[in-house]
Amino acid sequence: MSEALVDVQGVSKRFGRRLDTVERLARRLGSDISEEIVHAVDAVSLKVAEGEVLGLVGESGCGKSTLGRVISGLLPASSGRVLYRGADPSLLKGDEARAAKLNRQMIFQDPYSSLNPRMQVRGIIGEAPRYHGLCDRAGLEGYIDAIMAKVGLEPSFKDRYPHQFSGGQRQRIGIARALAVKPDFIVCDEPIAALDVSIQAQIINLFMKLRSELGLTYLFISHDLGVVEHLSDTVAIMYLGRIVETAAAEELFSHPNHPYTLALLAEVPRLGGRKKDFSVIKGEIPSPLDPPRGCHFHPRCPHAMPRCAAEIPASREILGGHFSACHLNGG
Amino acid sequence: MKGTASPGRDGMGSKILRELVGSPSSLIGLVICVVVVFLAIFGPLVTSQDPYDLSKLNIMDNRLPPGSVGIDGAVYVLGTDGQGRDMVSAMIYGLRTSLLVGILTTALAMVIGTTMGLLAAYKGGWVDTIIMRLVDLILGFPMMLLALILLAALGPGIDKVILALVAVQWAFYARTIRGTALSEMNREYIEAARCLALSERRIIFRHLLVNCLPPVIVISTIKVAGAISAEATLSFLGLGVPITKPSLGLLISNGYRYLLSGSYWISIFPGILLMLTIFGINIVGDRLKEVLNPRLQENKAVE
Repeated sequence: MSEALVDVQGVSKRFGRRLDTVERLARRLGSDISEEIVHAVDAVSLKVAEGEVLGLVGESGCGKSTLGRVISGLLPASSGRVLYRGADPSLLKGDEARAAKLNRQMIFQDPYSSLNPRMQVRGIIGEAPRYHGLCDRAGLEGYIDAIMAKVGLEPSFKDRYPHQFSGGQRQRIGIARALAVKPDFIVCDEPIAALDVSIQAQIINLFMKLRSELGLTYLFISHDLGVVEHLSDTVAIMYLGRIVETAAAEELFSHPNHPYTLALLAEVPRLGGRKKDFSVIKGEIPSPLDPPRGCHFHPRCPHAMPRCAAEIPASREILGGHFSACHLNGG
Repeated sequence: MKGTASPGRDGMGSKILRELVGSPSSLIGLVICVVVVFLAIFGPLVTSQDPYDLSKLNIMDNRLPPGSVGIDGAVYVLGTDGQGRDMVSAMIYGLRTSLLVGILTTALAMVIGTTMGLLAAYKGGWVDTIIMRLVDLILGFPMMLLALILLAALGPGIDKVILALVAVQWAFYARTIRGTALSEMNREYIEAARCLALSERRIIFRHLLVNCLPPVIVISTIKVAGAISAEATLSFLGLGVPITKPSLGLLISNGYRYLLSGSYWISIFPGILLMLTIFGINIVGDRLKEVLNPRLQENKAVE
């Protein structure tokens, strides 16, 4: 494994609504209003090696999209830092900062809201490369055509507006827009969740094709374990803002360690005639406004012990490259 | 691929025009607007005298009833006012002033208000707080009172009227567009634009603004009518345009003193023209609101 392209070091992202003047006054007068803080991402550390696909899996609301946005540079981290090629992009200036920003692109979940409805495809794809001088005016048309062909779009469609395309085609436009600034790292934020199943496979194949052609590195966010198993080299499982388990895809799916991962895998329908008994994870995902103490998963965990409610389990390497954060692993 | 028609930029304009002509009421409104604008632009070519040129006026012709023949043999179809002006000419010239004030005020207020609203939505934080509290302050006052105070301080004159009305009206645009912009900001294409490291100015004007325009277009048509009637009110109260260059409002004001002595035409005809103009613009504005409704547009796109 080569050196990490993206190194996430203890990143937390908190969202809080600051009190306005009236509320501050009310609190001064003795009201019990307090700031509500959501720990969307809580001290996450990850490494993504160059050329690797890291699958990030978790339930809705566990903070995986927020983590993706912090890593892509769209949101600043509340604490911790994200290193890209060994440097913190937020400390860079001028051209270096811009390069670090353009090199990390994002593909969004909703192909309907992620394209500017009043721009032609030509503008959607061509705006940024033209703006950043990646190609000159004369070469722009050819540049756009080449990218459209690469993502499987007819270049003659470039005068059309987004509403004239289907969901899958729109997602291809979104991919083309990201590729147009020549990134090497792409955060895919559930890029196939909003698509028809038949289209999903096409888009996944497109991702794989682009990866091998352009040497891209992906952070692939999804709640679909089947897709992640198929795509990823490494998988990280996220629960309520924390990474609970990380391992190579094969290892994780064959030897899951964390009780949450086990529960998630038990939900995946598989061929093979095994008798399926649905051991649904009990309870709801707790509110990130008021997460459980200790291990976030303990209220729903079948193996919970007193220690789980008291102490946050540290991430331990239980096998080469296989990390899990559970007290059952001792230590 | 859905649909084969391509409602591009120009196609959109003709579609809106088609929709406007489509219903009888909006057709009437559109016809009124076209006639009014035509009269305002080509007024000097149509009228028999220049009512603002005092040397051309004959005081002996004052307050002639509609249809009278003047001393020099000219026929005054709608009569003359207290200074002996031909009412038709005075009204057409008055219309020019009224429309000029209405359109300039709206254009300026729209540009300022839209920029402020977009800034407030995009920047958030204290920028948002300052702009929106200012908007609240302006909208909290009765609009006429605020314009009156400003005009009393600035003095009369068309430019002062426009300034006073812009100062009151930009707040409407700012508030409307801020709301629209906030909901657009939640859409991922704005995040995508930020991810592509485009400049803030470009994101605000090239991405955010174009998607916030439909409501702005609708309020601006209605606000043109509002500005015209506000100017008429201010002129009627004697704080608007100078008395030597009467707008429709000032004509009404000049004539109302004679109303009870039987010279009804000096006030009534400018009043009717003012009413028709505002009526026409409002009908077109209302219809535009329906045509530009994003939901209706979406439906059309899916067809």
